[in-house]
Amino acid sequence: MKFFFDTFVIYRRQLRLAVRNPAWVIIGLAQPVLYLALFGPLLKPLARQIGTTNAYTFFVPGLLIQLGLFGALFAGFGLVSEWREGVVESERVTPANRAALLLGRVLRDLSLLLVQGIILVALGFAFGMTGSLPGMALGLVLILLLGGACSASSYALALSLKSEDALAPILNSIALPVLLLSGILLPIAVATGAPQWLVTVSDFMPIKYLVNALRELFVGHVITITTMWGALWVLLLFSLGIFYGTRTFRKDNA
Amino acid sequence: MIHARGLARTFDTRRGREKVSVKAVGGVDIDVAEGEIVGFLGPNGAGKTTTLRMLTTLLKPTTGTATVAGFDLATEPIKVRKSIGYVSQSGSTSGAARAGEEIVDHGLLYGISAAQAEKRGRQLFDQLELDGIWGRQPKTMSGGQRRRLDIAMGLVHDPRLVFLDEPSTGLDPQARANLWTHIADLRSKLGTTVFLTTHYLDEADALCDRILVIDHGVIVASDTPEALKRQVAGDLVELVLANEEQVAAAASHLGKLSGDGTARVDGLVVSMRVPHAGTELPGLLRALDSAGVTLAAIEVRRPTLDDVFLTMTGRSLREDA
Repeated sequence: MKFFFDTFVIYRRQLRLAVRNPAWVIIGLAQPVLYLALFGPLLKPLARQIGTTNAYTFFVPGLLIQLGLFGALFAGFGLVSEWREGVVESERVTPANRAALLLGRVLRDLSLLLVQGIILVALGFAFGMTGSLPGMALGLVLILLLGGACSASSYALALSLKSEDALAPILNSIALPVLLLSGILLPIAVATGAPQWLVTVSDFMPIKYLVNALRELFVGHVITITTMWGALWVLLLFSLGIFYGTRTFRKDNA
Repeated sequence: MIHARGLARTFDTRRGREKVSVKAVGGVDIDVAEGEIVGFLGPNGAGKTTTLRMLTTLLKPTTGTATVAGFDLATEPIKVRKSIGYVSQSGSTSGAARAGEEIVDHGLLYGISAAQAEKRGRQLFDQLELDGIWGRQPKTMSGGQRRRLDIAMGLVHDPRLVFLDEPSTGLDPQARANLWTHIADLRSKLGTTVFLTTHYLDEADALCDRILVIDHGVIVASDTPEALKRQVAGDLVELVLANEEQVAAAASHLGKLSGDGTARVDGLVVSMRVPHAGTELPGLLRALDSAGVTLAAIEVRRPTLDDVFLTMTGRSLREDA
């Protein structure tokens, strides 16, 4: 089918460009790896206090979320520079399916995210993480869904704004509250000493449910209320992201 | 090839708090026959690119209809896209990609096979003097090479109609002249219909069978370059006097020639438009000589498209270009 073929052509082109310049795959990994190496050791003595036995089994899921969130959210910058080079326009003037132009790019981001995620998990083991491999594999699937949501909306936003200067403050103003309110670095729960108001605020952050679900999955608790909530939220975010993305790519004058 | 009626586009933007509709193109009629090279001439902001983006399905017209390459713009956009090539002003390739891969991928999106795309691409590289750079990265190419690569991208699927948006902007004179030969070849060798926008008069003059002049979103003239230039009443005769006392005498002699009747005086320069300067000059020179008027220089300028534009819109193209 034309749609799948077009998606494949776009995906292969994007992947080829990414593989040829692997620098930013490494740059994307640098942040979580630095957290792992420089922040992880600080969590170790706090393991009991934050309600876990292994600080890395607690911490790596958060870092994966961070990877999925940030790497993909900033994918839009690449699109702005492609737009400036006229690539987007020249693809849009072909009979190619408009949604394929988006999905080919999203798939490229997901491929890179998968590789980065596996490296991060492997590094986690190197630092002393323990846990369930099947659970981790499922966790990576959830991360890919989150990444898909973020990269699709980032591309849509980039295509509407067509400017790095406009994109950067918007993405940063999304990324920071998400990072702080979803319990990526430290748990946000009354049991571990967080104030009630902060817990209440963080309850409104969908990513928090995903972080909690991932932590359960990593210790091998696959089917629990927490993992179901996480999966539900990430599916919802994914659908919204893809819907927003394809709608924007289908619009005229985009 | 192109048959557009009342094509218009307004953009809604904000100026401060109030919403304003900006009319970019205000209802244009365009007819282009098969095999023509038609130039779309106008200053920046006149609506050239907006019109082009509408004709290439990149932008929906607010009102108006058009058939492009035989297909209706509104109801058969996919068929229109298959039959046309578009070479945009901003390029078409990633600097970090390889030229050949970009060509083949572009062909695949048009639905032709990889083998066919590569064969056609290599032919085009040959014709456009890009041979040997199939594997090069566009960012390492010269401006002229990259422009020709864009043209190859637009031609890989053998479109019957090609749109070129400001093809020679930013090129040095030699690269421009070279590009013009290639554009002229599109028609003579491939029979392609070409619709190009430009704000360079010499470009429109050198390439086009017919010129559409657009200003403020409206087409103000449509004719051959020659006929357009004929509309400007004749050649411009400029007399440069040796001293100021004789300016008035020179002006009165010049004013006696057939033409718009009044000679303009600017310092030591007296000028007037004269329909056939060549036949009038000998008599004028004799008359000036016998009146004892000494000329420092005499100049006759054939009308340019800039003069056409000035006559039709009251503004010079160059002010905006």
